[in-house]
This record gives sequence, C-alpha cells and structure tokens, in this order.
Amino acid sequence: MITAKNITKQFGKLKALDNVSVSFAKGECIALLGPNGSGKTTLIKALLGMVVPDSGTIHFAGQDIANKWRYRNQIGYMPQIGRYPENMTIAHVIDMMKDIRKADSGKHDEDLIESFGLKRMMDKRMRTLSGGTTQKVSASLAFLFNPDVLILDEPTAGLDPLSSELLKQKIIKEKQNGKLILITSHILSELDDLITEVFYMQEGRLLFHKKLSALKEETGEIKLSKAIAKIMSVKAV
Amino acid sequence: MKKILKYVIVDIVQNRIVIIYTLLLLIISLSVFNLESNSAKGLLSLLNIILIIVPLICIIFSTIYIYNSSEFIELLVSQPLKRRTIWASIFSGLAISLSLAFFIGAGIPLLLYNADATGFMMIAMGLFLTVVFVSIAMLAAGLTRDKAKGIGLSILLWLFFSLIFDALVLFLLFQFQDYPLERLMVFFSFFNPIDLSRIQILLHMDISALMGYTGAVFREFFGNSMGIMLSFAGLTIWIFMPLLFSLKKFKAKDL
Repeated sequence: MITAKNITKQFGKLKALDNVSVSFAKGECIALLGPNGSGKTTLIKALLGMVVPDSGTIHFAGQDIANKWRYRNQIGYMPQIGRYPENMTIAHVIDMMKDIRKADSGKHDEDLIESFGLKRMMDKRMRTLSGGTTQKVSASLAFLFNPDVLILDEPTAGLDPLSSELLKQKIIKEKQNGKLILITSHILSELDDLITEVFYMQEGRLLFHKKLSALKEETGEIKLSKAIAKIMSVKAV
Repeated sequence: MKKILKYVIVDIVQNRIVIIYTLLLLIISLSVFNLESNSAKGLLSLLNIILIIVPLICIIFSTIYIYNSSEFIELLVSQPLKRRTIWASIFSGLAISLSLAFFIGAGIPLLLYNADATGFMMIAMGLFLTVVFVSIAMLAAGLTRDKAKGIGLSILLWLFFSLIFDALVLFLLFQFQDYPLERLMVFFSFFNPIDLSRIQILLHMDISALMGYTGAVFREFFGNSMGIMLSFAGLTIWIFMPLLFSLKKFKAKDL
C-alpha cells in the first residue's frame, strides 16, 4: 500500500531521516518504535506530504505522492499534538472537516465521537479543551471518514485509561476490517494485542522491520517490551 | 477552494481589529469631508491618510493573521487539499475582507461626498493598495517561521515603501540634479506601489501643475488612458509577484 524508497530529510545539521526504505502492506498494523528524536514523526509527516523529503520517493497505492493531494482522502491522521483553530468549537471543526472531505457523506464513522462522549461538549471552543479532550477530537477526526490507512502518532498519550481502552478496541476493529494502521507509541505494553509488525528506527535509520511473531520467536519472549529490550541489549553489546 | 475561503472570511470578518479598522476609516473620512468646506481639500487629506494607514494596517494585520492561523494551516495540509488551494484561500480571504473594510470605511463616504473621477480613482487605488499589501504580507510571513521576525520584516517593508523609497529617490534626484532624470522618475515609480497610486490620484486632482517639470512629464506619461492602464498593470504585477513567490515557498515548506 505504501512504499518509500531511500527517503532522506535533513533539518539543518540534523539528519532526521537517513536513507529509509520501507514497505507497508494492507491489513497490517505496524508499530513505529524508536527513541525520542529517531525520526518517527518525520517519517509519518513525509508520508502525509507535510514534510517534503530532500531525496527519495514515496508511493501510495502505486502512485508517486510528490505534489499529489488526492491520496490523502484515504488517510486518517491523528497528530501527536493536535493543533486546531482556537476560536472554533468542536462542532465547527468536525463540520469543517466533513465539508472539506465530503466525498462520501453519509458514511461517516462517528463511533468514537459517541463513545468518547464528545456529543455533550460540541459547543466548547478548542482553546478551552484539556490536552486529553483535544486528543479525543483528533482521534475522532482520524476515524471519521473511514479511511483505508490510519496513521496514529502516539494516540494514547494523554488519554485516560478508559478512553485509551476504547481507542484500542476501535483500532482492533478497524484492523479486522483490513485497514493499514501505523502507530507510534512509547507504551509498548499496550501495543501487544494490536500490532502485527514492528518497525524500529534509530537516529533516522531503519534498524529492523519484522513480523511481531518472528520477533518473539527470535528472542524467546512473549511480551513486546521484553523482546525489544532484549534486542536492544544485544545490539548494544 | 470556496469551502476554505468561507471559513477564512467568516473568521476575519468577526475579528475585532477589522471592525475597528473599518470604523476608524469611516470616522476619518466622514470628519475630513465635514470639517473642510472644500471637498477637494478633504480629498487631499484623505489621500495622505489612505496612502499611509491602508498599507500599514493591511500588511501588519495580514502578517499576524497568517502566523496565528498556523494551526489551521497545519490541519489543512494533512487533509486532501492542494497546498496552492490553502494558500490562495487565505490570500483571497484576507484580500476580500480587508477590501470590504476599505470600501465601507472610505469608499462609501467618497461616493457620498465626491462621486467624480477623482473619487473613483481613489477608491480603486485604495483597493489596489489593500490587495498589494496583503500579498506582500503573505511573502513576509512565508519567508520566515519566526513570528517576531516576520512582523518585523513586514513593518520594514511598509517603512521602505512609504518613506525610505521616496527618500532614496529624492537623494538621487539631488545628487544628479544636473541631469534630466524626469523620465527615469516615471520608471522608478513602478518599483513602489504606493507611489504609483499617489501619482495616479494626484494627476486626477489637477494639482500636478505644482510639481513642476517632473509633474508635466508624469502627466504626459500617466495622464492618458494608456498611462492609467500601465499603472493598473504595474499594480497587478505587484499583487501577483509577491503572492507567487510566497506560494513557491509555501509549497516546499515543512510543517
């Protein structure tokens, strides 16, 4: 579904992405892991066309995405820190997004808006919302249009346990619908029952990209967190 | 494009600063026409105000607005929209709402008190200046990420076009006063949208006689319909050049 070839991106002296090549297939749920500043968010933004790579190409469903925009109809993106126009209410933001992406109206997936209880605070302004509520709005918007690809940048950061469980259930449901899901997260324990593949980055480079089952087999661990820790300690030695 | 434009215009029109700007222009133009017994005198005072205040407010308000919409822009860029559509919508939104403010604040009084060729020319030039300075603001805001730098740059640009440019031209004029520079002055005026507007309006006010030989050369060049067309063309270039350049920057910008 998504293939990137030799992506390099430099911010000043910092090489955020260093010759990264990946291929993500439909129906997989992939965890993008790596320490802070390893280039996960930059990679995601490059897939979305928000960051323009210095070199390399990205193909989405067989099409080069450089200067294209229509492909984003098939992507739902939940940013790490959702930033919204401050004076708009939740209802305004949702209506505006529906207005922008009205390709197939009537098929809006409002599950998350319901289950997060956002209906009750539709007329609150974005600037008055707490960090967690803003995250809920971001998550609801990402799922709203039933996209084929979901890109979730630290989806559960700032959510209370109940809401993050709701979000997890929703992710599992969409995975079963055969969607491609990319998740970055630092909370490995909650990824265990979600993901099928692990994509590990460090200092802008791809360290490994493996099936979760293969990774567990290799390390002999059942938990993702232990497996990653084991691999990292081997690499360090 | 229409969808985003709608949200931008609704957002700007509700903005308190734009309402104050409209009222300020309205108060100034009404008082200028009511205080002066002779409407030609009122027109001259209004001219100076328009040439200073309109560019200043337009460039600063637009620059700040663009920086304050960075969240909005970020949200839109991750959606299935062309970057050109986003940028063009913001530009059109600013240009349309500020032009509307100018038309209500200065255009309507002009039509009421001085609805002749001079009045129309003044309205046209005010609208042109509004759009030109919105476009220059897009460029200033597109060049740098830092809000303080961007606003500083736009103040400098305003200062350049309203004061420094004229000072430089005067300096040149005095340095080379032994040479016939009048035709060169016509050429120079195309480098400053404020000068272009000023000359066009002054020529319509029949006071170009006060400007000596240079005034006569200006009259010869700008006074006919060809000259008017040329200055309109010059101002149109002033709208599109900064806008296209800033668009090029925005297309390659990382968000």
